[in-house]
Amino acid sequence: MMHEKSVTELAAGLRSGEFSSVELVEHYLERIERLDGELNSFITVTAEQAIEQARAADARIAAGDAGPVTGIPIAHKDIYCTNGVKTSCGSRMLDNFTAPYDANVVSRLRDAGAVMLGKTNMDEFAMGSTSESSFYGPVKNPWNTGRVPGGSSGGSAVAVAARLCAAATGTDTGGSIRQPASHCGITGLKPTYGRVSRYGMIAYASSLDQGGPMAQTAEDVAFLLQAMAGFDERDSTSSDTPVPDYSATLEDSIEGLKIGLPGEYFDAGLDEGVRKSVEEAVELYKSLGAEIREISLPNTGLAVASYYVVAPAECSSNLSRYDGVRFGHRCDDPVDLEDLYKRSRSEGFGAEVKRRIMIGTYVLSAGYYDAFYLKAQKIRQLISDDFRKAFEQVDVIMGPASPTTAVALGEMADDPVSMYLSDVYTVMTNMAGLPGISIPVAPVEGMPVGLQITGNYFDEARLLNIAHRFQQNSDWHRLMPEGV
Amino acid sequence: MQWETVIGLEIHAQLATRSKIFSGASTAYGAEPNTQACLVSLGMPGVLPVLNREVVRMAIMFGTAIDAELGRRNVFARKNYFYPDLPKGYQISQFELPIVGPGQVEISVDGESKTIGVTRAHLEEDAGKSLHEDFRGMTGIDLNRAGTPLLEIVSEPDMRSAKEAVAYARKIHQIVRYLGICDGNMQEGSFRCDANVSVKLKEHTEFGTRAELKNINSFRFLERAINFEVERQIDLIESGGKVVQETRLYDADKDETRSMRSKEEANDYRYFPDPDLLPVEISDAMIDDVKSALPEMPDMRRDRFESDFELSQQDAESLTASREMADYFETANAIAGDAKLTANWIMGELSAAMNREGRDIVTSPVTAELLGGMVRRIADKTISGKLAKDVFEAMWNGEGSADAIIEAKGLKQITDTGAIEAIVDEVLASNPQQVENYRNAPDDKKGKMIGFFVGQVMKMSKGKANPQQVNQLLREKL
Repeated sequence: MMHEKSVTELAAGLRSGEFSSVELVEHYLERIERLDGELNSFITVTAEQAIEQARAADARIAAGDAGPVTGIPIAHKDIYCTNGVKTSCGSRMLDNFTAPYDANVVSRLRDAGAVMLGKTNMDEFAMGSTSESSFYGPVKNPWNTGRVPGGSSGGSAVAVAARLCAAATGTDTGGSIRQPASHCGITGLKPTYGRVSRYGMIAYASSLDQGGPMAQTAEDVAFLLQAMAGFDERDSTSSDTPVPDYSATLEDSIEGLKIGLPGEYFDAGLDEGVRKSVEEAVELYKSLGAEIREISLPNTGLAVASYYVVAPAECSSNLSRYDGVRFGHRCDDPVDLEDLYKRSRSEGFGAEVKRRIMIGTYVLSAGYYDAFYLKAQKIRQLISDDFRKAFEQVDVIMGPASPTTAVALGEMADDPVSMYLSDVYTVMTNMAGLPGISIPVAPVEGMPVGLQITGNYFDEARLLNIAHRFQQNSDWHRLMPEGV
Repeated sequence: MQWETVIGLEIHAQLATRSKIFSGASTAYGAEPNTQACLVSLGMPGVLPVLNREVVRMAIMFGTAIDAELGRRNVFARKNYFYPDLPKGYQISQFELPIVGPGQVEISVDGESKTIGVTRAHLEEDAGKSLHEDFRGMTGIDLNRAGTPLLEIVSEPDMRSAKEAVAYARKIHQIVRYLGICDGNMQEGSFRCDANVSVKLKEHTEFGTRAELKNINSFRFLERAINFEVERQIDLIESGGKVVQETRLYDADKDETRSMRSKEEANDYRYFPDPDLLPVEISDAMIDDVKSALPEMPDMRRDRFESDFELSQQDAESLTASREMADYFETANAIAGDAKLTANWIMGELSAAMNREGRDIVTSPVTAELLGGMVRRIADKTISGKLAKDVFEAMWNGEGSADAIIEAKGLKQITDTGAIEAIVDEVLASNPQQVENYRNAPDDKKGKMIGFFVGQVMKMSKGKANPQQVNQLLREKL
């Protein structure tokens, strides 16, 4: 079946004329129609535009002007602005918002010929680890629809896992690509901060947000990243470091690769099943010629607390623009300005967003700034130093992407702190601005588990190479949930 | 009781860039509402600021001109508050690390010089405008101005009178105009002054509670607003009241200040470094580059005018009041070759005509080239000073250059001794009685009596005879 194929395989099929992009798009649209009612991974399906884009892609393919993603049906997380298409960020606040421009990621992928099927569901404003806080309802995990898919890019992860699209974009502020990729059994990469432009990506926490690709395989992710990465003059924090050819080094040998295992990532909080799966994966790497070293990231214990100061601080400011004045939700019949602000924002934002705005406002307030925000920034520096020292000894760092497999729907709804704590292995990477990838390893009780590989700055090519070598020697990434 | 006034000014100078501080939208004044509001100006979801490097160069120019320390590492910070014309819900400004550190300027009031400290100057973006008219029960928002670059210049509380405050504001105005970094238009809001005013007993060292005066759009109003406020505060204290820290709006129509918001209602701005912008490092090379391209500043130019052109301090001060005026003088003088005469004409006839016709040095129909050409003809005695007034009038009316007008109207001075002598002889011959009287008069009366003959000669020559020559010939012949 077409939908079982990876991007690489689909691209070959398109080029050989086995099927057209239009046929492929129609096939996926039919699957979305049939399966997404329950999974709820899409907020918007752009069927008409998709067919149109597929026709253009077919013409490009016929003209011999096709790249590796030309004609490939993908989905964008609904955090990316898409010109003329509703861009909700999973929030009632932007339920009525049609973006007047394309995000840099969106225009780059379109220019590369990728076809957009629609916009995927997500935690409201990317704030959450379960994809339950969306205004459009929770996203269901296709491996077990009683479980969450992880978050915040849960819609993208589910759409890829359920083969409702060939690949998808996500964003990762504290693990929002890697953790849902882990919970859904797919491959997801968070690039180095600055590798992918944030222009048009609705901001949650600007110093941590980074866009990246999600797909079945590392090879697919490499093709997507190739199209997404690069300097953008409209994002001052985007990097002009040259973008290498990510697929060129996929097959490189990993003989002699030095892998660091931080003791802090395998502590008491880690589920035994997950630990076993991760250790098995590490064994496979050993058999491929890698050396394993015990390392320490001593400030791991401070990561969650400092992340939940920095990210809310930035979010409290970033979300101030949603005031009911120019766009987005506006309350009915405001009596005055204060009423307009209060009711528009109270009605427009959900509970988790409000919680983070309040935390952020508090930690930036006069008298608390030094004790919270400034201290968190200092810890951030300590975390970066931990990694710097670690990368003096090893090439990459491995560990679980999440301490457990996906939790049951509603399990964390009333317990934000335990949800925050489950981000422990992923937020470290964002605080330091490093790249990280999650790849599927042996499932536990039928639920997927992800191995997280963290690399040094701009070392995405190496991460993809290492992930690809694993996937050449395992089949976990080939597993599909039943019933899709 | 002897009261002393303490004033500090916060001046917002709009930097004269073509595009906004963090986007490519135009900064032109007066466009239809929201036609210069791009996605960034509107604070759309997902957009990001990108610094216009030109504003950094302009701020360095200002810092160099006031001899200030320059902040080598510049961090932009977010100042968070809600207001409908503030699209993002925060203003991008500078907080802990401003681009211009402590500096100072010299002012002069009633011939007394004084140094006023400049605490800092920082870059920030302007907000939009709320339009309360034209919308029944609603407020319109115009975001054309949102994102316009501003340099906020904060003084030390060094001024002790409204006059000093005005002199300081004028000095800053003169500097930014000389540098070409601000058009200085106060009506359009390109140069805005807020005044922090307090009063204290002269013998006290501690400052009183201050009020911040806003909405002042001319130097005249600045003086009035401060004077009103000082009186208000003194009256208040003397009648047993207490000044509260607050923001007060100046109402020019009523010539009064009134309370806008008190400190209790003040925002906690929750400043923090803007994560969307990288710190801007200022290198020695950038500073050297700016320094080498810096125009001559007003004080230096004034001193040079005094020494090079032998002008009085007052004349030099007037002629260097604006860069345009000083350029006008130098251009005209280069042609005229007589600095004193050129200066007199600019400050005399030209200024009078400009005042009368509502023109300024840039829009004057008599250009520096025209004026210089005319003064040259006075200096080389082609025309007399008296006839020059007619030439000036004609030039103002667009009749061409001085030479063309002199030619067309036959105004050329008669300097040929033979021709003047003929007229002198004729005058003497037709006034024998006056000649007789003159010759019999005592020496001390003669000086006055010769005026009669000069007048007759000038009349016969239609004013064209050279007066010095006429005088000399008359003395010889009488």
